[in-house]
Amino acid sequence: MILAPIIATRALRKIYPGSKPGRSLFGGGLALPGAPGMTPRSPTDVVALEGLDLEVAAGEFFGLLGPNGAGKTTTLDILTTRTRPTSGTALIDGADVVRESVRVKQRIGVVPQRPNPDRSLTAIENLLFHAAYFGISKSVALTRARELLAMLGIATRETARVPELSGGQQQRLMIARALIHQPSVLFLDEPTVGLDPQARLALWEILRKLHAEGRTIVMTTHYMEEADRLCDRLAIVDHGRLLAIDTPANLKARAPGGTLLELTLDGDAGGCAGPAGHLPGVLRVETSRELLRVFARRGEEVIAQLIKIVDQAGRTVTNIHLAPPSLETLFISLTGRKLE
Amino acid sequence: MTAASPDVVAPGRVFLALLRRDIHVARRELAAFLVRTTLQPILFVVVFGYLLPRMGFVQKGYTSALLPGILGISLALSSIQSVALPMVTDFGWTREIEDRLLAPVPVYLIAIEKVVAGVLQGFIAALFVLPIARLIMGPIESLSIQHFGTVFLVIVLGSASFSALGLLLGTMISPQQIGLMFGVIIAPMIFFGCAYYPWRGLDAVPVMKYAVLINPLVYVAEGMRGALTPDLPHMPLRYVTGALALLTTLFLTLGMRSFEKRAIG
Repeated sequence: MILAPIIATRALRKIYPGSKPGRSLFGGGLALPGAPGMTPRSPTDVVALEGLDLEVAAGEFFGLLGPNGAGKTTTLDILTTRTRPTSGTALIDGADVVRESVRVKQRIGVVPQRPNPDRSLTAIENLLFHAAYFGISKSVALTRARELLAMLGIATRETARVPELSGGQQQRLMIARALIHQPSVLFLDEPTVGLDPQARLALWEILRKLHAEGRTIVMTTHYMEEADRLCDRLAIVDHGRLLAIDTPANLKARAPGGTLLELTLDGDAGGCAGPAGHLPGVLRVETSRELLRVFARRGEEVIAQLIKIVDQAGRTVTNIHLAPPSLETLFISLTGRKLE
Repeated sequence: MTAASPDVVAPGRVFLALLRRDIHVARRELAAFLVRTTLQPILFVVVFGYLLPRMGFVQKGYTSALLPGILGISLALSSIQSVALPMVTDFGWTREIEDRLLAPVPVYLIAIEKVVAGVLQGFIAALFVLPIARLIMGPIESLSIQHFGTVFLVIVLGSASFSALGLLLGTMISPQQIGLMFGVIIAPMIFFGCAYYPWRGLDAVPVMKYAVLINPLVYVAEGMRGALTPDLPHMPLRYVTGALALLTTLFLTLGMRSFEKRAIG
């Protein structure tokens, strides 16, 4: 339990009604209004969040890690007032995201998954108008905007119209926009998706710097490495539930011991589980259709024996994947599936 | 508000900043905006206000009935489009509006700001079309600009109702349906909006006379007639203002609700 957390959610749930989200006038069908607190459960309903409890301390770099569809973006959308929870509460710096959304918006900066700058404006106008929405005077805004553009390495693009900016530059502009009103919490939704490796590293540097300045950062990602390298603490989510929450180091320590060996066979792997479990040094064996998953103390030594077992079962190995103890092996052991 | 919390900005200040953004963008795109929203009414003026009278196909006094209607159409096209079109792409595709949704004001205020910006753009379109139409049509019988206050009132109420309708349409239509919006909603609204003929003329078809009363353009066209050509038959001003106020309230209430639903999923 964190003393006076800057972000706190309690039993947060979000259920999207089965019909496609976003009503449309012609033939789209009107969504029926659901009573608040009610739990609509039709077979087509999509449960995005199933009772999420989270706490984030001020100044923390917090990561939400999970595969696509895990509920990461929904969590972020709720925390940033852009989606209403079906039930449960979420507080940012003591302000309720539903009842006190204005106070929440005052305290947060948001970098969306897909850059959505105001395309009718230039780069710097994007920043100046956004600052104006927060009541910041033009002279202060101009100074801050220039500083941010310089810090993010896009100072030369100041007067460029949005369509003239590359994807990476637009992403940086989004970060500048999220920071111009000096929010106490910065939210980033999959900030490095679609960036080339160089731009990704540059963005990591920027985030580290912001974090070093004492800002609270909440980031969703489905890149293990990114979560591991940047975050103070991580929450692993899947199917709208919190599976684990801790520092990357502690999470890695919780990963089932040894190396993960994943063998893909040309058919059902069920028959291989028994013999594989009896091999020396093997800690755990799982199978799922043609997948044989083995956690072993010294993975390299078991490979040859595993291939032999597969052979004896009348199957052929089509692919082998080895992973040292890591967030990835923990994730697979928690969810039974890979991240990407 | 606790002492530790950052001050919350005055909503009025945010509202003005939002409005300034829309004016800034509209000014940059003024030429395209005017072509998009006033070309059609001006072309209509050329055919019905200039060519047909010259050919003798319409009576001489027809231009007097036509001019107020043309202003109404300009108002309708400009206000509806300036609110609805960007909103359809914003919500349906680009989510560009998000930086404004994150502004520290209640979401409904952002919807109202859009409507106010639409009213301003309706004004500009009407002011642009009026002299051009007058120029093309030549002298118009019984045209009077004495009732300036009334013209102003009808323009404000009319563009408010169209902008509010634009808000409703802009939040309910998907990008793929924009063409349909023009065909199914805007075109009938213009043709049955008593813009090309006075409402009194529908005495000939009573069913239609009452069916068209749901159309805001009817009141704008009739109100403009009352203001610009008061000697010709027109709907009493109190009905015009009352109906426009009612329709504006209705569209605005529904539009704001729909906006909030789209803005906060």
